[in-house]
Amino acid sequence: MAECVKDSDAEGRISYGDYVVLKRGDIFKSVQIENKKKVIFEKQWFFLDNAVGQLYGAVFEIEAGGSLKLKAAKHSGDSLDSKEAGQDNRHIMDDGRSQKLSRDDIETLKEQGLKGQEIVQQLIDNSTTFKDKTEFAQEKYIKKKKKKYESNIKILKPSTRLLAMMYHGREPGKICHLRYDTLAQILTLGNIHAGSKILVFETCAGLVLGSVMERMGGYGSVIQMYPGGGPTRAGMESFGFPSHFHKTLHEFPLCKVNALLAGTLDLSEKDGDGNGRSESSQKTSGVSEKSSEPQSMEVSVDPQEEMRRAERERLREQRAQEKKLKMEEKRKKLASAAALLEGRNADGLVIASRFHPCPVLMGLLKFVAPSRPFIVYCQYREPLIECYTKLREQGGAISLRLTDSWLRHYQVLPNRTHPVLLMSGGGGYLLSGTTVAAKARNQHKAEEPVTKRLKLDKISSSCDSSA
Amino acid sequence: MSFVEYSEIIQEGDVVIIFLGHESMMPIKVQSGAQTQTRYGVIRHSSDLIGQRFGSKVTCSKGGWVYVLHPTPELWTVNLPHRTQILYTTDIANITLMLELKPGSVVCESGTGSGSLSHSILRTIAPTGHLHTVEFHAQRAEKAMQEFKEHKVSHLVTVRNQDVCKDGFGITGIADAVFLDIPSPWEAITHAKSAMKRKGGRLCSFSPCIEQVQRTCEALLDHGFEEICTLEVLLQVHDVRAVNLPLPDFGPEEGSDDSQEGVPNTGNTSVICRTAIPPREMAGHTGYLTFATKPRD
Repeated sequence: MAECVKDSDAEGRISYGDYVVLKRGDIFKSVQIENKKKVIFEKQWFFLDNAVGQLYGAVFEIEAGGSLKLKAAKHSGDSLDSKEAGQDNRHIMDDGRSQKLSRDDIETLKEQGLKGQEIVQQLIDNSTTFKDKTEFAQEKYIKKKKKKYESNIKILKPSTRLLAMMYHGREPGKICHLRYDTLAQILTLGNIHAGSKILVFETCAGLVLGSVMERMGGYGSVIQMYPGGGPTRAGMESFGFPSHFHKTLHEFPLCKVNALLAGTLDLSEKDGDGNGRSESSQKTSGVSEKSSEPQSMEVSVDPQEEMRRAERERLREQRAQEKKLKMEEKRKKLASAAALLEGRNADGLVIASRFHPCPVLMGLLKFVAPSRPFIVYCQYREPLIECYTKLREQGGAISLRLTDSWLRHYQVLPNRTHPVLLMSGGGGYLLSGTTVAAKARNQHKAEEPVTKRLKLDKISSSCDSSA
Repeated sequence: MSFVEYSEIIQEGDVVIIFLGHESMMPIKVQSGAQTQTRYGVIRHSSDLIGQRFGSKVTCSKGGWVYVLHPTPELWTVNLPHRTQILYTTDIANITLMLELKPGSVVCESGTGSGSLSHSILRTIAPTGHLHTVEFHAQRAEKAMQEFKEHKVSHLVTVRNQDVCKDGFGITGIADAVFLDIPSPWEAITHAKSAMKRKGGRLCSFSPCIEQVQRTCEALLDHGFEEICTLEVLLQVHDVRAVNLPLPDFGPEEGSDDSQEGVPNTGNTSVICRTAIPPREMAGHTGYLTFATKPRD
């Protein structure tokens, strides 16, 4: 391995079609670079065209009209420090009248084209109390105003880290409130790595799927189990994976799992496998019947009419052919996913959905080889307690652990270090375990103390008796 | 078997994890003719292990049985011989995510310590990445090299026995990520920066004490690092239990002419509740994780 390799800048340049992440402070947004497409981010509209050809990590300003302008390299120690500062706030009156510029004044400054930093300087100059604030208070004030008035945007390459933080900050509901540190646990406890075969069932907009694929690096295979019409992939697309990654991705509908397990899954090359297919095949035959009817009834031969009919016939046939190809494509995909599942030797199982995890887990564990990790995420604790209990009864899994993680950020500044004031309340729960071969009961290996037997004989057996 | 690739059948020379029961496991090296003592009896490697499937049940000489598991970095972390205090899976998972590690990543790490994080990194960056790990203690560096070889991952790692604060990582301009778990990380920031690729990279420093964190953040700022962020994570375990909650007896209800009235201890006297309780004690602190991004040169 060469000691010092020159990076090729080519791969570091933004291009049309790229999926990128826009960043301002702690706010992120995932977008695709498209020609002359208006993008909205943090209440501002702009076009990304000027970013094309620039390097990832570059910072841009939004100009009037919505175009981006590359910002020159930052000079450390921007001259916003004031010379004067006070000792404490005992004489500072918080009457809301210390800032002499009104909202309209500030708008005027913005319209005049003043940059964010210049506006902040104006605010400082027009604040009657700024010079009385302590140095710390001044720093805090400047930081706050900068955050509000600077319109810088950084353009970054997507990664699990950025997308997980984005989803958790912007649309946690879409990812079942999965916090990024919990996602981190899923990927590590699941031993997700290149070359394995992983089963994923998620309703997290494709974020979990994408993060699994990122850790697989395009090696091995991922089979996405999906509940309804089709698999959700939007979050996964945001990762901007190279095309060969998509070859490792398969999908399989839950509704065919039982058939696959029973060995009765029909994968032969005929129509009539599943509702959609029989419908469309009927349609095709119906259409061709219809087209043959008028011909048999036709008496007069109008050449133009004949031409139009022939054209319609040709289009119908073309559409029928396309449909046939699509169905064949779908059948092939189903067959390849089934082939991967049939061996019941998957290297791992990841579940993160709004569905009740218990039946999902019990159903999909059957496809996992022995001595492999599985991990189930749930926003709530009780369904995972059920899973735990069921697994203990059924056997086939060891090292079961129900956990959640506690995350806290810190502000680290000289003489001002402390945990950040606001903290995430919860990031969801995880049930993890390892599969084993034997399905026997763990008789003498109780992993929990036996319920204390009471002196009285009659013991209620169900929880629905109370409450 | 390898720590970066699964296999199905146990072979001679493999490192396997014997699962004896709740929170009780041990690693063993499979050798033809060898035997391992457990509380359930003897495990004979040639007959009980070699040729068996990972995940199978193995009956020991006394009649009790155990499971044989395929090693993973997570299992290794809880079973490895400690030469130093180690990093546990919770911190490791977050480090991996925040450093954006994936197949192909080139990573620098110091100190190697007992190799807990190292194994996890190797698993994540395989098959095309590389780990450059620096350990200033000669015996620990040697032991680490030995283990990597046994675990069939030595092609992915280079161990250097030197002081990272003085001599750096031994490479420049090729790392996507740098991890520091040393007493004075601020002294290694310059070397960390030069080890990283021109186009930038991610850095993480793990320190138990807040004073170390403060000095490190200052150094990061001075060296032009961005997105400096310090956090801590803790794992809360929930022990699933069935608990018996006795119900109170308020005496017979007024006005009811129930035939059961007057007979004590009939009907529901307690309820079984399936719940999960926290353990009596838990890890309250491991260390602070400080992350930063090195911008493009």
